Amino acid sequence: MPWKAISPIEVYKILPRTNCKECGEENCMAFAVKLVNMETKIEKCTPIIKEDKYKKALEKLTELLSPQVREIEIRSPKKTIKIGGEYVMHRHELTYINPAPIAIDIDDNMSKDEIVKRIDFVEHFEYEYIGRKLNLDLLAIRSVSNDPNKFKEVVKFVSENTSLPLILCTFNPKVMEAGLSVLPDSRPLLYAATKDNWREMGELALKNDLPIVVYSPGDIDTLMTLANTLSKAGISDIALDPGTFVGPNGLRYTLSTFTMLRWKACNEDDKLAGYPLIGTPITAWKMIEGEKDQKMWWETLMAVMLLTRYSNLLIMHSLEGWSYLPVVMWRFNLYTDPRRPVAVDPGVRTIGDPKEDSPVMVTGNYALTYSLVGMDIQSGKVDCYLVITDTEGIAVECAVPGRKFLPEGIAEVLKTSKLDEKVKHRYLIIPGKAARLSGDIEDVTGWKVIVGPQDSKDIPKFVSEKWDPKKLSEIYGN
Amino acid sequence: MLKELLSGVVAVEKDKEKIKNKLMNDLANLLGNKLLEVLEKHGEFEIVLEDAVIEVDELRILIQPSLLRRMVEVPAVEEAVGMAVTELIETKFAEPEMKWDGKIVEVNMGATPSEGGTRDRSFTIGGETMPPIYRLLGVEEAMPHRPVIAMDVFDMRIPLPKSIKLHFDEVMDDPAEWAKRCVNKYHAEMINLHLISTDPYIKDTPANEAIKVVEDVMQAVKVPITVGGSGNPEKDQELFIKISDIVDGEKVLLNSLNLDMKLEDIAEYIRNKDCIVIAFTPMDLDKARELNRKLFDYLPRERIIMDTNTAGIGYGLDYGFSVMERARLAALMGDKELQQPIAAGVTNAWAAREAWLKMDVFWGPREIRGPLWETSTALINLLAGADYFMMMHPFSIETLNKIIDYLMRFSPPDPGAIMDWVGSELG
Ligand code: SF4
Repeated sequence: MPWKAISPIEVYKILPRTNCKECGEENCMAFAVKLVNMETKIEKCTPIIKEDKYKKALEKLTELLSPQVREIEIRSPKKTIKIGGEYVMHRHELTYINPAPIAIDIDDNMSKDEIVKRIDFVEHFEYEYIGRKLNLDLLAIRSVSNDPNKFKEVVKFVSENTSLPLILCTFNPKVMEAGLSVLPDSRPLLYAATKDNWREMGELALKNDLPIVVYSPGDIDTLMTLANTLSKAGISDIALDPGTFVGPNGLRYTLSTFTMLRWKACNEDDKLAGYPLIGTPITAWKMIEGEKDQKMWWETLMAVMLLTRYSNLLIMHSLEGWSYLPVVMWRFNLYTDPRRPVAVDPGVRTIGDPKEDSPVMVTGNYALTYSLVGMDIQSGKVDCYLVITDTEGIAVECAVPGRKFLPEGIAEVLKTSKLDEKVKHRYLIIPGKAARLSGDIEDVTGWKVIVGPQDSKDIPKFVSEKWDPKKLSEIYGN
Repeated sequence: MLKELLSGVVAVEKDKEKIKNKLMNDLANLLGNKLLEVLEKHGEFEIVLEDAVIEVDELRILIQPSLLRRMVEVPAVEEAVGMAVTELIETKFAEPEMKWDGKIVEVNMGATPSEGGTRDRSFTIGGETMPPIYRLLGVEEAMPHRPVIAMDVFDMRIPLPKSIKLHFDEVMDDPAEWAKRCVNKYHAEMINLHLISTDPYIKDTPANEAIKVVEDVMQAVKVPITVGGSGNPEKDQELFIKISDIVDGEKVLLNSLNLDMKLEDIAEYIRNKDCIVIAFTPMDLDKARELNRKLFDYLPRERIIMDTNTAGIGYGLDYGFSVMERARLAALMGDKELQQPIAAGVTNAWAAREAWLKMDVFWGPREIRGPLWETSTALINLLAGADYFMMMHPFSIETLNKIIDYLMRFSPPDPGAIMDWVGSELG
């Protein structure tokens, strides 16, 4: 059945048990605990890696700690991307490990300008979210011409113009071989072996030690047959594409097949199902009729569903920022460690250069709330003190009904930070979404409450219009 | 190395190679460790296999110790060789062995004249015995009842994102008209009325006045309705008691009861009415259990839906999703305290700025981003197990309905439709 945590004792027994501290931990037991929590890597224990006498132990440990879904590397000379490597079916059982990379396609009938445009799009796509940068990851080159020379040229051109890892897509082994011939120092992902070309494609993967996708849309027995055959033939890095069907015919097939495969990998220890799953929302461009927007709309929805349902890599086509925005944000959410709330420490932050009559504002300690509020205040050039109260990492709108935005918490921060010595006034601006707690906050803190805007983007306007401690004291008689 | 060396030949002459491998293998076994020792002393040798069909005694042997050692240590040379497998190994996919012991309670919403009410339709949700779309066949188990989508209506004009306001601007001062538009123009299955003006910090509309709005809306539209308060526990309690008096017989949903209320009063009062309650807890499974437990003392399970609280992508959906998924999985594994159908306030997706803020042109118009955010959020909730959706944008609702259609009736995929996406011009 589902994920069972490995006991640190089990791991400890296999470790050298010399307490040599080379791993940076106090002793082997401490290292074992970190290992099972996935907070460190085996490689940190240099003795077990380097010394011959521990060879058996290392094998045993690697086996014990190996994920339910095989981890595969795709490399360019400069970048490495890992896919798979997952231990659990549901993120709440532990955490997900390798955020599914997103590839954008290029085809070999495109003009150089168009190719450059697509490379630029992927390389420059960046969205800032709670202080992290969200990006796209790799390029998938498709052979539409079916001409080995043309494909080779395009692969060469792309590899000279980007450092991103590549996926080579063709069902023609000759074309694939031509493409590979210009990538001597890379480890591209081969897409794909089918029931018709598996011998030759498998040969290429084996000879060059490359990861390869097996593809059998709508026929899962053949998918398993291909995976089994190639693995018996000695290929270890295999990925599975059961077919991404968008729309009425097959959406259900796709979602349930992805789910069943992952179930078997995680809960039934099925090695053949335990390969990374490849989702291709790009098929929306073939299956959905109508305008371009329509195709992109469905492509994005498909990507969101496939991310949620266990896809370890996505191949997409759109070149619009909006297509990818919900996908990269949901991916970030999905792969955050549920064991640690995305929170910042409670306390007081000074923003800009606040004086004794500067405003004091209150917000929660959900990392996103904090970063948005902080950004808005900064960009409005408002000097102020920001009181961050402990909402257990939950957003204000949920923390208020959930009784996690507590007057006592605010009072605590005010007290420990000695804010009353730093400002002369006694006014707190609270989030508009916490309006209904005004009375309680006043009672508990002894400060007067001013209800701020619903959204923090209106803070600068709010402050410039409403903040005047002198006038306020006239109104409130302080 | 060895693999490379040999697999190159294999491609051309598989059969010859096989024999060659066998020869080398036999040779190694034959010579064994003794020869190895000798070789270590005497240095370099070399094997040259000119042709696989030549006889062993014709071989001129010059063995390199390292190569030989590898041959000795790896008896399975044949397996290590490239595509030694020449035929497909037929393998069947066996559907997973899943065992789910629990079943989600079925809840009826709304009542038609034959059911004692005045609605033109009624819905049943729940009844699942498996998480959604976990198996290929068995729609009945995965989604025995179609999830239902209710459209939000407010009892006063509130600030709404432009892309939503566009659809409702002229009716926003009249909740009955607003509800009508939802049903007549956007085919809403249910109306989710929010009496937010009752909030003491907003307009503090008295409960007696607010319930008139409920009557108006029930007159204006004939679909089942949900009535929500302002979130103020005391006021909502008063409001819900009055509502339960006037809507008896209609199976109206009350949105929502929570742990901050005096359940011994409100739940006790509505015990003998027929309204359904939505039990709200803030992304906390223990509290969800606690609230359900408390409610079970007053109400039959068939009258409780739970809202474990959800959020938009990027704004806490990771919590919302996992709490909902955990609740559903636990319920299906037999946890009786969580076996209620799940309501999802997908409208929360609009709290995401990416849904409504004007951004750099690179990110496209908010008119697309908004509904895309709401639809995506809804889909994620659907996959976590939600049965009842509260939503706003007509296009999001239309899309979600389509997807529910696609998921509920199994129509086999047509491989030809996508088989060659790799080689297609996609525009
Ligand atoms: S490096 Fe290895 S052997 Fe040394 S203390 Fe750490 S775990 Fe133990």
